[in-house]
Amino acid sequence: MNPAATSGSAQLGLEIHGLGSALAGPFDLRAAAGEAIVVTGRSGSGKTLLLRMIADLDVNQGTVLLDGQDRRSITAPRWRGLAIYVAAESGWWFDTVAQHFSAEHIGSATELAGDLGLTPEQMAAPVAHLSSGERQRWALIRAAVRQPPILLLDEPTGALDPLSLERVERFLQRMLEQDTILILVTHDSGLAERMGNRRFEMVDRKLRAR
Amino acid sequence: MNAISLSPLDLLLSAALVLLDGALSIALSLKLHRQLAVAAVRMVIQLLAIGYILKLVFSLNSPIATLVIVVIMILVAGREVVARPERKFADISNVALGAGSVALATVVTALFALTTAIRPHPWYAPRYAIPLAGIILGNVLNAGSLTLDAFLGGVWKDRPGIEAQLALGLTYWKAISAHLRSAMRRGLLPIINQMSAAGIVTLPGIMTGQILAGLDPIEAVKYQILLMFLLTGGSGLAAVSIAYLAAWRLTDERQRLRLDRLRSAS
Repeated sequence: MNPAATSGSAQLGLEIHGLGSALAGPFDLRAAAGEAIVVTGRSGSGKTLLLRMIADLDVNQGTVLLDGQDRRSITAPRWRGLAIYVAAESGWWFDTVAQHFSAEHIGSATELAGDLGLTPEQMAAPVAHLSSGERQRWALIRAAVRQPPILLLDEPTGALDPLSLERVERFLQRMLEQDTILILVTHDSGLAERMGNRRFEMVDRKLRAR
Repeated sequence: MNAISLSPLDLLLSAALVLLDGALSIALSLKLHRQLAVAAVRMVIQLLAIGYILKLVFSLNSPIATLVIVVIMILVAGREVVARPERKFADISNVALGAGSVALATVVTALFALTTAIRPHPWYAPRYAIPLAGIILGNVLNAGSLTLDAFLGGVWKDRPGIEAQLALGLTYWKAISAHLRSAMRRGLLPIINQMSAAGIVTLPGIMTGQILAGLDPIEAVKYQILLMFLLTGGSGLAAVSIAYLAAWRLTDERQRLRLDRLRSAS
């Protein structure tokens, strides 16, 4: 953490207290700006539930603060814009990729596409024509162009070949350098080792430090 | 009116056609004869019953009796509206949703017609109010259940797309707006088709009935036009109100998509 960040009276970064529901938790977590938290664990252990509860997409109890501000003090859409959840199965609602980007984001999206091994031509393509790995990376770009302070990534490398995986990893490292907080759920132990400043394992819907 | 009165023998004769259907079902092993018989008997009993009830209520001419009949009709229709869609709400809001939107659409449309175009004396005269509420209900029910089915089915299928929008910080109402629109369109298509086809492809049932009962065709047509407009208005109200009510029930104070409140029809 840089010294300027600790000087304020409010707690900086992401703070999670007693976050849980009937299905998972309670979870307590803390992440500073530029920190990556990596969560591994079996399928069905509750990793996705954790990310969805942080994004407030599922019903939950507990407190989540960003830089000392309670997420309940702002509207849910605003909070979700600050802590963007990128699902393992990316969802799309228009025909082409480009329609999912606002005019102000098209430029930076095209730039990021190159870093992730995607071509600008794909933007004009129907989403249905892309491979699942391509869709996954476009979904990551869709979140990243909004420059949220927190990114909640569910299996971001699930459908990727080794070369694309490396690109996504470098991309995520760069997000960390820009002080983004990453909470990363993955099955890829190599990625977990390289990315994780702090690693946890989800066992029976509880977090265990490792 | 110089209607040709039907004797019980006339009706028995026409029932021979149902017997013919039954014979066909047995000959072609359609296995429908039982259902056919039950449905035919039900129809006769139900219609005779409502005929006598209407006769009684017409003679009472009391606003309370009229209101009771209309409320019962609305409740039954409200149940039907939510019984048909493939997905339903798991709790009591299901029936509330159906009855609420059906009641709104029917009451507004019927009151409008009774106080403007038809103007019977008194305005609640059961001879006008009950049949009017009945025909509006039938159409409103259709529009409502089609809208609800399209909305709940569409949202259920497109969950990843809707949640992706929510996750990016879009509001719930923005994220479901496309589904809301297409569901309301779905609910309004039948009445639009009905208006387009009226008189060319089909002779509307009410009009046919009135002509058979001896009314002048032009008078019957005028009534049919009035009814079509009423039904269109009612369908629109039902489609819009049930779509928004359902959408409102599918979210919460944190603008989540609450598909956990649905269950699939068994």
